[in-house]
Amino acid sequence: MTDLASSAPQRIDWSDAELRKRLARRHSGDKWLKFAGIAALAISFSMLGILVLSLVSNGFAAFTQTHLKLEFEISADRVSAEDPAAGNYRAIVRDAMLGLFPEVTSRADQREIANIPSNGAQYILRDRVVADPALIGTRVTLSVPVSDPYDQLAKGLVDRKTPEANRRVNDQEIAWFDRLEEKGLVSKPLNTGLITNADSRFPELAGLRGAILGSFYALLVCFLISFPVGIAAAIYLEEFAPKNKLTDTVEININNLAAVPSVVFGLLALAVFIGWFGLPRSAPLVGGMTLALMTLPTIIIATRAAVKAVPPSIREAALGIGASKHQVVFGHVLPLAMPGILTGTIIGLAQALGETAPLLLIGMNAFITQAPGGILDSSTALPTQIFIWADSPERGFVSRTSAAICVLLVFLILMNALAVVLRKRFERRW
Amino acid sequence: MTKLTIGVAATAIATVAMAGSAAARDQIQIVGSSTVFPYTQAVAEEFANKTGNKAPVVESTGTGGGMKLFCQGVGEAHPDVTGASRAMKASEFKLCAENGVDSVTEVLLGYDGLSIAHAQSENHLDLTKAQLFLALAAEVPQDGKIVPNPYTKWSEIDPSLPDLKISVFGPPPTSGTRDAFVELVMEEGCETFEAVEALDKDAKKQVCQRMRQDGPFIEAGENDNLIVQRLQADPTALGIFGYSFLFENQDTLEAVAIEGVLPNEDTIASGEYGVSRPLFFYVKNAHRGVIPGLDEFIVEYISESSMGPGGYLSERGLIPLGDERRKEVQAAASKGKPMDAPGS
Repeated sequence: MTDLASSAPQRIDWSDAELRKRLARRHSGDKWLKFAGIAALAISFSMLGILVLSLVSNGFAAFTQTHLKLEFEISADRVSAEDPAAGNYRAIVRDAMLGLFPEVTSRADQREIANIPSNGAQYILRDRVVADPALIGTRVTLSVPVSDPYDQLAKGLVDRKTPEANRRVNDQEIAWFDRLEEKGLVSKPLNTGLITNADSRFPELAGLRGAILGSFYALLVCFLISFPVGIAAAIYLEEFAPKNKLTDTVEININNLAAVPSVVFGLLALAVFIGWFGLPRSAPLVGGMTLALMTLPTIIIATRAAVKAVPPSIREAALGIGASKHQVVFGHVLPLAMPGILTGTIIGLAQALGETAPLLLIGMNAFITQAPGGILDSSTALPTQIFIWADSPERGFVSRTSAAICVLLVFLILMNALAVVLRKRFERRW
Repeated sequence: MTKLTIGVAATAIATVAMAGSAAARDQIQIVGSSTVFPYTQAVAEEFANKTGNKAPVVESTGTGGGMKLFCQGVGEAHPDVTGASRAMKASEFKLCAENGVDSVTEVLLGYDGLSIAHAQSENHLDLTKAQLFLALAAEVPQDGKIVPNPYTKWSEIDPSLPDLKISVFGPPPTSGTRDAFVELVMEEGCETFEAVEALDKDAKKQVCQRMRQDGPFIEAGENDNLIVQRLQADPTALGIFGYSFLFENQDTLEAVAIEGVLPNEDTIASGEYGVSRPLFFYVKNAHRGVIPGLDEFIVEYISESSMGPGGYLSERGLIPLGDERRKEVQAAASKGKPMDAPGS
């Protein structure tokens, strides 16, 4: 008892210098922690800012494309009405250009002038005439893209002050192009070709259509495989599996699988899907199957978490009124867990969308000038298309690479936003 | 829910099973060197546009990787054409023959100059192959002995060279560009030294082919654009890449003269510029007439408007063959003349 009395609360002497020092030290510790947190946030945001800023400022040039408005004479002797596709459209484009510069007579200069519109101009014109053969014998006014060096010039990316020898376009070519601009034939509309064209070796014609469709097909296959398999595996593990060493091992392995570098899955796919099964190289089907291997663990883990979050009282109530186990799972647990499962799936698919390494190994980094028509057609995917463009020597691909990254980021943001919306709207808390 | 899940799973399984018995291929498949890649790209696009055939699938795998895929066998699962920045090796020819690929046509499509360049600056460099060897080899001869490379500055190799740190970006060993550089620059530079000539064959090969690993030579990956960017960031560094990259970046890069000759179309075609290499593509004859469009593709590739002077391949930096040689090549390629086993 006496002990108690002597340990009775002492009065705190707030004016004690020793104490005040200790207190100040502790407060400053708090301040430092807070400051470090803010600094860390500021650093990561500025990094993100720099990334986005450099992408947009680099890619900005690719969002417009310089076009030239030309009048083409589709004469009957150049294009026959029987077979409009076989006409000499190259000569028609050439004549249209030379018509604007009647005073140029030297062959070399004429060749240079004919090179101002893109090489694709003849095919754009051909497709137009094939679609409407009534145009033969008339004059058609079309806006066609200009070739890359002039596109760079029009966008101000060529420094006119550098010595002539060091430029892709010489003074004479600049003078010609300036005359076209004075005549008001040059315009810079939004570059819709970036989305609607397939790949090309000419930057002014290259687009992402093939890559977007390829990514879409690969993700479709990936979803069709990983979603049902992932959910089935997770439900078994949560609702049916006995708790023993075996299921523990399975669980640990699933978690490990989620951490395996993606390139390993690419090697596996190369050996098994392409080597063994004999599936076609570069096909979105193989890409999707490979990505499914990677996405599976993510979906299993997300589904298990969502299923676990459904309160046991719901299961017990259902069982109590005589529902069988599968009725409980499909009638109650799954619908309640669905928002969580979908969120996990979408995040897993968004990850798969940005995955590059496994696709490089199975040949989805090929150059193909047509968009795929199905999961068995060869194609590229968005990240591998970025990889190909980054490696191309033409100047125009520098800005196109950044623009393609912006497109990929937009898709990623949309998918993640969808996941957030689903969670916010349908998630239930107990 | 049950039915949906089962249905989805069944569809997935069915798709996979169906794909197993892959449908007949109607698309040309091309693999091979990253140096030949841009030229094959150009031909593939032109071919698809002109003929309306399905666009070929062109993949850049490197020369060696392309040969491995190409020689794996005859049939739809294997590529029809491979590009190479060097001639097929005897070992590769043997691998092909072992797998039933016994009739291959070799087509020499032109030349590619290998350029060494730096960012635009006041220094105009002119190097000899021997100087480049001394700067970049792992071991160099010094006073009649072979010693680990002691040079860290260009001026130490030759007092007339600038007093700058040696720093050269180059391709990794998997690259055909690297093989060509070693063969055309390192080995030739190496053989100018008496101390090297005195060595036996194996030791000589060792000294002449090994690049230094102690910093001045930096392996920059297969992406030549990356090398170009690094050169712009570091004006004292040199980079090694194909001529087409120099051609596209004339406004920011400046070529180094080798043995007093600057690379350009004329000097490379005439052989005056000593660092150029032949580019090839190989066609599997067993696939001709089987894969739709393959014959027309070859015709497009060897046509005058593509590989001839002023053709669209020369617009991308290819140096065309001389008239006579080109006629020979075109005749052999269109007939599908099988190549003989390479000598070495």
